[in-house]
Amino acid sequence: MKPMQRLLQLPVSAVNLIKPLCQEETKSPVLTSEGGQQNWYNAVQPDELKLLKASPEPEHQGEEPTEPGQTQPIRHDDLKEMLDSNKDSLKLEAMKRIVAMIARGKNASELFPAVVKNVACKNIEVKKLVYVYLVRYAEEQQDLALLSISTFQRGLKDPNQLIRASALRVLSSIRVTIIVPIMMLAIKEAASDMSPYVRKTAAHAIPKLYSLDQDQKDQLIEVIEKLLADKTTLVAGSVVMAFEEVCPERIDLIHKNYRKLCNLLIDVEEWGQVVIINMLTRYARTQFLNPNQNESLLEENPEKAFYGSDEEESKQGEMDAAVLPKRKPYVMDPDHRLLLRNTKPLLQSRNAAVVMAVAQLYFHLAPKAEVGVIAKALVRLLRSHSEVQFVVLQNVASMSIKRRGMFEPHLKSFYIRSTDPTQIKVLKLEVLTNLASETNISTILREFQTYIKSQDKDFVAATIQAIGRCATNIDEVRDTCLNGLVQLLSNRDELVVAESVVVIKKLLQMQPSQHSDIIRHMAKLIDNIMVPMARASILWLIGEYCEHVPTIAPDVLRKMAKSFTNEEDIVKLQITNLAAKLYLTNSKQTKLLTQYVLNLAKYDQNYDIRDRARFIRQLIVPTEKSGVLSKYAKKLFLAQKPAPVLESSFKDRDHFQLGSLSHLLNSKAGGYQELPDWPESAPDPSVRNVEVSEWTKPIGREKRKEKVEKPFYSDSEGESEPTESADSQSPTASESESMSEIESESGSENDEESDEETKSDKERKKKAGKEKSKKQDESEDSGQSEGEEKTVKKHKEEEESSSSSSSSSEESSSESSSSESESEGDSELDTGKKSRKTLSTAKPPPRPLETKQKEISLLDLDDFSSPTTFQSSPSPNTLPKSLNLDLQGLTLTDTTLLSEVSSPLLGGVKTYELLHRITGEGLSVEYYFNRRPFSPDHTMVSVQMQFTNNSEMEFRNLRIAEPKLQSGMRLQGFKEIAILQPGEVTADTLGIDFCDSTQAANFQLCSQTRQFYMSIQPPVGELMMPVFMTENTFKKEQEQLLNPSAGKLMGMNEIKEKLTLPEKCRSDQAIVQKVLSTANLGRVPCGLDNEYRFAARTISGGALVLVTLVTKEGGAAQLTINCEKMVIGTMMVKDIMQALTQ
Amino acid sequence: MLMAGIGFVLLPEFERSQLSECSSSTVAMLMEFPLEFHRFEDYFGTCSEVAIKDNVVVVYEVLEEMLDNGFPLATESNILKELIRPPTILRTVVNTITGSTNVGDHLPTGQLSVVPWRRTGVRYANNEAYFDVVEEIDAIIDKSGSTVFAEIQGVIDACVKLTGMPDLTLSFTNPRLLDDVSFHPCVRFKRWESERILSFIPPDGNFRLLSYHVSSQNLVAIPVYVKHNITFRDGSSMGRFEITVGPKQTMGKMVEGTVVTSQLPKVVLNMNLTSTQGNYTFDPVTKILSWDIGKINPQKLPSLKGSMSLQAGTPKPDENPNINIQFKIQQLAISGLKVNRLDMYGEKYKPFKGIKYMTKAGKFQVRT
Repeated sequence: MKPMQRLLQLPVSAVNLIKPLCQEETKSPVLTSEGGQQNWYNAVQPDELKLLKASPEPEHQGEEPTEPGQTQPIRHDDLKEMLDSNKDSLKLEAMKRIVAMIARGKNASELFPAVVKNVACKNIEVKKLVYVYLVRYAEEQQDLALLSISTFQRGLKDPNQLIRASALRVLSSIRVTIIVPIMMLAIKEAASDMSPYVRKTAAHAIPKLYSLDQDQKDQLIEVIEKLLADKTTLVAGSVVMAFEEVCPERIDLIHKNYRKLCNLLIDVEEWGQVVIINMLTRYARTQFLNPNQNESLLEENPEKAFYGSDEEESKQGEMDAAVLPKRKPYVMDPDHRLLLRNTKPLLQSRNAAVVMAVAQLYFHLAPKAEVGVIAKALVRLLRSHSEVQFVVLQNVASMSIKRRGMFEPHLKSFYIRSTDPTQIKVLKLEVLTNLASETNISTILREFQTYIKSQDKDFVAATIQAIGRCATNIDEVRDTCLNGLVQLLSNRDELVVAESVVVIKKLLQMQPSQHSDIIRHMAKLIDNIMVPMARASILWLIGEYCEHVPTIAPDVLRKMAKSFTNEEDIVKLQITNLAAKLYLTNSKQTKLLTQYVLNLAKYDQNYDIRDRARFIRQLIVPTEKSGVLSKYAKKLFLAQKPAPVLESSFKDRDHFQLGSLSHLLNSKAGGYQELPDWPESAPDPSVRNVEVSEWTKPIGREKRKEKVEKPFYSDSEGESEPTESADSQSPTASESESMSEIESESGSENDEESDEETKSDKERKKKAGKEKSKKQDESEDSGQSEGEEKTVKKHKEEEESSSSSSSSSEESSSESSSSESESEGDSELDTGKKSRKTLSTAKPPPRPLETKQKEISLLDLDDFSSPTTFQSSPSPNTLPKSLNLDLQGLTLTDTTLLSEVSSPLLGGVKTYELLHRITGEGLSVEYYFNRRPFSPDHTMVSVQMQFTNNSEMEFRNLRIAEPKLQSGMRLQGFKEIAILQPGEVTADTLGIDFCDSTQAANFQLCSQTRQFYMSIQPPVGELMMPVFMTENTFKKEQEQLLNPSAGKLMGMNEIKEKLTLPEKCRSDQAIVQKVLSTANLGRVPCGLDNEYRFAARTISGGALVLVTLVTKEGGAAQLTINCEKMVIGTMMVKDIMQALTQ
Repeated sequence: MLMAGIGFVLLPEFERSQLSECSSSTVAMLMEFPLEFHRFEDYFGTCSEVAIKDNVVVVYEVLEEMLDNGFPLATESNILKELIRPPTILRTVVNTITGSTNVGDHLPTGQLSVVPWRRTGVRYANNEAYFDVVEEIDAIIDKSGSTVFAEIQGVIDACVKLTGMPDLTLSFTNPRLLDDVSFHPCVRFKRWESERILSFIPPDGNFRLLSYHVSSQNLVAIPVYVKHNITFRDGSSMGRFEITVGPKQTMGKMVEGTVVTSQLPKVVLNMNLTSTQGNYTFDPVTKILSWDIGKINPQKLPSLKGSMSLQAGTPKPDENPNINIQFKIQQLAISGLKVNRLDMYGEKYKPFKGIKYMTKAGKFQVRT
């Protein structure tokens, strides 16, 4: 702890202290050591000089290598002087030259003290280059590196998120053991930073610290656990990477985040996707059942027959048969399905690594029938650069053994071009061979025929082997192949012939009796073929089948005996073998020859051959000493030998996770995580259940489904909107927090929060008090975000004064709001659909045919609605005056986002009819309150309108006209709908400021020809927006409402009502759901089990509405509503009572 | 060459970062990431060894942003350009005068948004969007002239210079042609799945919107044919060489930029040829024959004839040399793919739109 404290106390003005210190250092013998200079000097190359020419000082001393000692200091003084100067431009120039030195692999470590001073430089480019330098040399000069630490610590508190992030990045990259505690602290702090970018950097820092000090593992795992819970896409990839590096075995950390990761996956950046997919593959292997467990027995057997030996096969068959009846019919876990479904679109990624990752995931996890989808994508990758091609082909080769059918349609894509590099050719050949079957073998063989003529001889050899494999695997073509190979024996190229001989040998072994002429032909070849392996093969063949060629064999032996001494070892061994075999079958003719060969072998230089000779002599030549064995010599030598199995070198390679380095090398690489086998029985799937972060629990499943149904991007806009607006908000928030006071506040808050989180985690594990703790957390969050909102307001002025921050915040806000309005179209439609569905299920559908039709047209509508919403929302860029409004809007959207997702699902969204299709002469209008802020004006209630044209003719120029409103009420219409085709459905949003009253808003809807009178009367519950507050704030606010003297609020109002809850709505969920569907309230966490609290503010007046519901035994309950507006309070009581007691 | 260049310059740094991290990342990722170095083309115009050496500092700065501890951090070109601005002469001048730097001091807005590929606050005086539909024919043609294998791979490259946040939709008249597609991340996958429309908020500048594969069931039109007669005679030191190239199935368009290359066997010492059109070169060291034809005139087919002198005393080669052909056909997408319309939403101005079609030879090989 001591060094750390010391470092922490390093004064901020450390830079001043460095100066004298540095001068000392430069004098110190260590830094000016001769060796170092020499080194540096000698390394100067002409290249280097070119670069240095630009410098103001003449640098040509380098050309006089005779006086290194003299020239060296000059250069350094020069660079040091530049670094010490006040001008940033000089410093920059010096740093650029230093970095160029590093790039050339030159030692620039002597400059360390001069460089490290500039770590606090204001110029950001200088700073960056200093960082580059520090990362490179800090490990060598640990003591001096410590001087820079305080600057980083200051950087970690900088209001600019980029600076915070880069400070953390460099701090964690400096490999100095002494600062490990500081790093740990910095990472922990950054992990709860406002900015997701900083959190991402924190995740990156984790493996760096881990590699520096493994003892920190436990603490780091805590940070990882926290970051895993992060909801932003930016962080997800990085934290999983950290997880894989630090604690890949802690699979339990993933459970809670599994579904979130699956759903976020599509929006994560490409590199993050790769890491996440790989991790999820491993995860799924431990958590789910093998989807192919039943099919595998039936379908894979015929394929295995090609490769596996019979015995194995039958054994396995028995085993499987025994297991089969015990197994239950397989049902895929919904989470398993979720993973497969969410990764599938990524096959369309432009990034080969992502496609490869998805492909391996499907290969390892998907049911057999579904694996096929990856083939197309993999074939596409073959068009990529040859390095990528190589990796992909390796994996395809492995896959094609297991799942041949998958690539069969793409057979031609693996045809070989003469321009392919050899290793690609060989891999393609491998794939072609794996794909060969009875049906396509003829085309493949024809293709092989052209390959054999290639000039690339290695490739030709590989082709011949491939032909051999095809011949062994497919009986029908064995003779054709053999004939072809025999023809190759007359090839001019020796390598080709040799390879053919080797392959023929293997083929003949399968059915020797019919091929004595081939053997005879080969015997003739022995004179010409010089390749040892081929010679050996021929000799072995003749020896093995000497009975088929009784006349030729002794003659061959005679020739070989002649040339014995000049042969290679492998050939000599085969000659002795041949001699022994001939002696046993035809001792009359070959006795002398054999003796001669054995004698030659006895005095050979190679001990293997001498050994063999002795062994054979003992066995075959009967002497008095020779034992029982010689009786069996014939059996020993001429036993039936099993035919060799020609199999792919890629067989069984798939026990390595595809796409991994280990798979590529076919041996376990360091750091490889084994892909576990499927579990026999699935572990408890409930571990992945997450308490839904929204208000009520049962939504979880539905919501997940909904998210899943919306694939890839268009939905991701709607879906990821929360993250986005939260993101774009955070820079503003953090920037506004330039005051250190606030920052420390928020920091401590964060700490508290994290404490609570960990606590609640424990609770969760105990499975006690589940929901409550989560809700507390959640509201804590929301409370905090509300706090932020306030601070934003407070510091509005400051912000506006500092132009840069305000402009950037404006930018971000405008961006988010524009994309928001865009996505609104989509999601609104979704809710529209949903509400329609709920309606039709609730009541018996009056016109089933028509509703169906509507739904179809709703889907089509997607196309047209987005442009209209675009036009209707005024471009935020044109509203600079409303910066502050925008900010409010941002935070508002932020808080309501949660409700946005869940509220339609509560089933409480009622659609009201505004214009019946009969009165409207075919035009029907429906509306509902979509409970989101009306973006142009936040004091208005947003009403989602839906126009349907049920008539035969089109409606033109639909618009709002002549609003007849009560005083104070305002209405903002939608943009004129130019044309509504028959059957078309259009949606748009209307904003109405009801002035917190339930008076109806009357207006006319005009079409080209007609006018319709309409009136919208809001239920009281829709006049408000949820407010998130903590229990304490809630109580405080309630106090204030009750005692007007204490607070500044004018009115005092509390309405109490007793009620009895019916049987079916006594559960937590039911109550919450009923209340929330009646009114747009926000849930407030509450310590007691039997108490429910909700809060909201009226939209136009901003008056607080506090609702408390206390349940007692037997269904009795008391409802209390505090609101300064009497009317609203009374009406709310009525509405909620009705909802609860119904 | 690019990889070699970078390896040469940056090796000391690299051994620390990317390559030592193999264990946790996949091989495909390792292979794919260096391809991201084409980013440097955005920066320096070309990406040669010289360019990297001259701009080694910028390379360092960019790499620093691209990688953290060996893990890719930001590879989106728009983001990188905001962090480290590309060096231009103008900017260098401005920087020396004002003392500002090439390094941005704020986090690029794209980094945090859902459209990381697009900068905010883009402004252009002329708003234009150009799309190039480029199709490549990969083919292997048999000795007899029949097609062994042919497929069409296409890309749509875009150059979009539009102000603000435009939302574009691009639709095809015959989207069913596209068999397999891969998108730039900006394309909304759902719209494609349901309606076969490309809907996207484009990145700023040049990017590849889509690459596709035309379903292999369709018969591929082969736009050129080659007549060849290449013979080596045993025993003699001479061989005959004759090639004629002609257009076929070009839909009335001109075949341009035709180049014929061939790797001749090692026994060929030299070639003595005459061409009716264009120039030929033969490199006696690498044994590569290259014949630059240019436009093919259907009335007067270009041909190249003559003799080869062979090394005496060596047997004739087994295989005739393969012929590789490059060509270009402007204003034609050989698959018949056609862009129907391009619409823009979200911005008020009217952009200038342009679409260009081109067909090229990909790996087009004739076996002889």
